[in-house]
Amino acid sequence: MSCNIEISGLTKRFGQNTVLNNIDLCLKPGERVAIIGPSGTGKSTLLRCLNFLDAPDEGRITLGDLKVDAARASKADILALRRRTGFVFQNYALFANKSARQNIMEGLTTVRGWPAAKATDRANQILTRIGLADRGDSFPSALSGGQQQRVGIGRAMALDADLMLFDEPTSALDPEWVGEVLDLIRAIADGRQTMLIVTHEMQFAREIADRVVFMEGGRIVEQGPPDQIFGNARDERTRAFLRRVG
Amino acid sequence: MNALDIAYMWDLVPVIAGYIPLTLFMALVSMVLALILSAMLAIVRVLKLPVIDRGVAIFISFFRGTPLLVQLFLFYYGLPQLFSFMTNINGVTAAIIGLTLHFSAYMAESIRGAILGVDRSQWEAAASIGMTQGQLLRRIILPQAARTAAPTLMNYFIDMIKGTSLAFTLGVTEMMGAAQKEAAGSFLYLEAFLVVALFYWGIVEILSVGQRRMEQYLGKAVAR
Repeated sequence: MSCNIEISGLTKRFGQNTVLNNIDLCLKPGERVAIIGPSGTGKSTLLRCLNFLDAPDEGRITLGDLKVDAARASKADILALRRRTGFVFQNYALFANKSARQNIMEGLTTVRGWPAAKATDRANQILTRIGLADRGDSFPSALSGGQQQRVGIGRAMALDADLMLFDEPTSALDPEWVGEVLDLIRAIADGRQTMLIVTHEMQFAREIADRVVFMEGGRIVEQGPPDQIFGNARDERTRAFLRRVG
Repeated sequence: MNALDIAYMWDLVPVIAGYIPLTLFMALVSMVLALILSAMLAIVRVLKLPVIDRGVAIFISFFRGTPLLVQLFLFYYGLPQLFSFMTNINGVTAAIIGLTLHFSAYMAESIRGAILGVDRSQWEAAASIGMTQGQLLRRIILPQAARTAAPTLMNYFIDMIKGTSLAFTLGVTEMMGAAQKEAAGSFLYLEAFLVVALFYWGIVEILSVGQRRMEQYLGKAVAR
């Protein structure tokens, strides 16, 4: 298996508590990996560590030619890593002082230094892609939860990231908006975009993922194709979890 | 007891009015400088920059913990004893420095509160798309904090205008100083100080109307 994204030995402690314990994970280009598991088990922390929103204590993150050693990551390493990973937040976290279009453009103009016209064109393409072509001038406060999360996804898409990280993208949504957000993620999971998705939507994980990773207690317990994990899990902990949620 | 000398008061109006520009000049310059300084102090405190954070905390504590009048005397009369280059400092400059430092200490705390009021997840979102700390403060956090802090900062500006009257104790002839001089010549203290009080009141009222308009405008802009 050729990995172009590789995580090895990733460990994160909060005080005495080891939240991530020696995580190894390898993603092939275009692969869609869903992470499932009980709450408080380190799934979100893993994603946040990959983007250095929480700084991991040990381990290595390799993104193509970018190699970051967690223990001695420089500011430049962290910025480079962030610029090559898109992050979709559970609570959308849109910039409240910027319109939908500006939210999407911000990473292009401020971070990449694109001229405004070019960034506007790209943002308009993305707005169409996320089904909000007519809402580009709306501020987040004027958008529904589902629309806000679609803009959140659009903002991450604009980066053309090597890896997109979804941190429970539908958990904060009213049930009526979950469908449209999942539909959008399905649409961009076209086999070219590598994705790591933390989700509680088991049906969605099963349908969209090439591989499902089950985590518990800060470790990866088992991983495999969706049919195997959902139909024929080897580890008793996985089966117990799936019985509880299923 | 004599009745109020209204005619004398009318005569004073143009005299005192002539000093409005100086009063506003001192207040405006101090406000602009205090805005810049307080924003920097607030950022140091929010980011908890090592070492300087401690210094800034002491600075804020001192300038909030001592009277403005004492601070002005310290700058104008006290410090030249230590630093010879300060002997030539004029009253207006000393007043501007004093007002700037004094009010920036208060304003820094307001701005700090407003910065902390911006949802933490927006910091993370800005960081996640690769913004540097400077970029995310300038583009995302400070614009939102400014809206929250604006009404309070406007109050400090009003306080500052009134605070300029203390410049008269440094020998500056501004509105208050002019009233004092007039009163000393005519012995009509009540009339002179009443005129100057009405001037301050009028200026502050005009600004308060502006402040309410601004708040209505900002209220609409940040409606969630």
